[in-house]
Amino acid sequence: MATSEVGATAEIVPQAGPRVRLSRGTVFLLVVLALAVLGIGLQAASDVTLFAQITLNGLSLAGLYFIVASGFTLIFGLMRVVNMAHGSFYMLGGIIAYLIQERMLNPDPTSFDLPQATLSSFLIPLIVSMFSVALLGVLIQQIFLRWNQGQELRQALITIALSIIIADQAVARFGGIAKEISVPVRKSIELPIVGMYGTMRLVMLLVAIVVGVILVLIISRTRFGMIVRAGVDDRQMVTALGVNIQKVFAGAFFLGAMLAGLAGVLGGAVNSVNKSDDGKFLLISLVIVIVGGMGSLPGAAVGAVLLGLIDSYSDVYLPDSVTNYGVLLTFFLLVFVLAIRPYGLFGRPA
Amino acid sequence: MSNVPILSLQNVNAHYGAAHVVQDVSFDVHDEPVCVIGRNGMGKTSLCRAIMNLDPPTAAGTILLDGEPINGKPPYVIARAGVGYVPQGRKLFQSLSVDEHLRMIKTPRVGRWNTAAVYDLFPRLAERKKVSATQLSGGEQQMLAIGRAMLLQPRLLVMDEPSEGLAPRIVEELVETLKGFVNEGVGVLLIEQNLGVATSVAERLVVMVAGTVFTETTSTEISNSPELQQRFLGVTPTGHQ
Repeated sequence: MATSEVGATAEIVPQAGPRVRLSRGTVFLLVVLALAVLGIGLQAASDVTLFAQITLNGLSLAGLYFIVASGFTLIFGLMRVVNMAHGSFYMLGGIIAYLIQERMLNPDPTSFDLPQATLSSFLIPLIVSMFSVALLGVLIQQIFLRWNQGQELRQALITIALSIIIADQAVARFGGIAKEISVPVRKSIELPIVGMYGTMRLVMLLVAIVVGVILVLIISRTRFGMIVRAGVDDRQMVTALGVNIQKVFAGAFFLGAMLAGLAGVLGGAVNSVNKSDDGKFLLISLVIVIVGGMGSLPGAAVGAVLLGLIDSYSDVYLPDSVTNYGVLLTFFLLVFVLAIRPYGLFGRPA
Repeated sequence: MSNVPILSLQNVNAHYGAAHVVQDVSFDVHDEPVCVIGRNGMGKTSLCRAIMNLDPPTAAGTILLDGEPINGKPPYVIARAGVGYVPQGRKLFQSLSVDEHLRMIKTPRVGRWNTAAVYDLFPRLAERKKVSATQLSGGEQQMLAIGRAMLLQPRLLVMDEPSEGLAPRIVEELVETLKGFVNEGVGVLLIEQNLGVATSVAERLVVMVAGTVFTETTSTEISNSPELQQRFLGVTPTGHQ
């Protein structure tokens, strides 16, 4: 009786309208994903405070990732330039701000850390650094990339070369030791459920949200934003409608580099300014843009949250023996997304 | 008819790599509309792209707009100089709404065209302002493609197969719209495979074969000659290939 019922349903199902066809790989990935969620859920239930802290860590990290990757996706989507120097913009943002702040604060030569900054000795380095990096970005675009439009490999190689030069100069002038940018706020504050939590991490999350809102407004409401969106769809048609797209490209590079610089300062204040940040943040930006879909701001936001949470959960929840392999999960995410949506979560074929 | 043509093509050539797709094309467009006809792959679209200096193809030759050379200038300069381009397949932006298509264009202060004038001409677009361009019907898409080109206050409209894929009734509306532009003194260079549209918009027809101007003819002449239609377009009067 039971077997005949099973047989009957098996016969009926194929006729019951269109079904989602899942490949064996997708099913495997879904199972892994379900196990991961289950694992996190079980561990979360056993220690809610820890879970809340890690989640907040993941989200604030996601905020930092979003600020970096939003500029990257803007440039990538609009100009098809894979700017391999984007990580260098991040790193330079931190370094420039630190060096300015060091001058302003006159630190005690025997102490390793800078004294606590005032509001102005934090904001002035931040703003100067952001705009310096933005200008550098425009210079690089105008001097090295403008005459290579459409030559993607060449542009990638040129920007790799620039990033190597910048990295070497950074080691020579800044040194190999990670340093922290001083902030004008208390180190930590009390939050419900979470307990004591790093103030700058919350500030970083807040700044990311503000940046996201401003970017969305620029892209959805302004003429610049409309041209950027149109340019992501079809650059040539935009120029045939009387728009000098070179100006828009320069604007996009300015904005993208400025955001990377801003993120560099925030990252330097929350964690540290580190000479190896350039490669790390370039990789993160690439993964986020591939996961989210190139040129898509919502995609960058979702990609950043996924990556931030994965980073944060895998650090704590993976068994000790495999914690070091946590970074592989990032690529697992990449494979998973590309398997189900080859153009990224919010992407479309160009 | 003024002496200086609105558009003057003088020995225009275009290449896709080694393929020589437009070969020494020369003709003028005055106040009267001109239609370029020819079978598929004869270089009609490449000619439009060469006028706009869109790459590819690589274009060479002299192109004058109201007597001023525009060849070799960037596409945005050519567009601002007064060439409104309505490309084959409309080429609307899938990320933009109807209204955004019009607002993204910087309209010159002088001239009769602005967003309101486009909505006056095409009330259907006004009803669908907030709709994404991808959700418009073929006819509405064509209206939008024409409307945004008019915002540049063009001296000349270059239209590449605007009737393609449209219902006959919509094509009639399109023809009326084009005649309206002509009456306002806008030059029209039309690329068409639909002989009905070509002959009802323009009296003067330029026939392109294998990248060259094969001959010029008139609507009256070709309408009365099934033999010419067969030769230039590969169609018989009943419309069969």
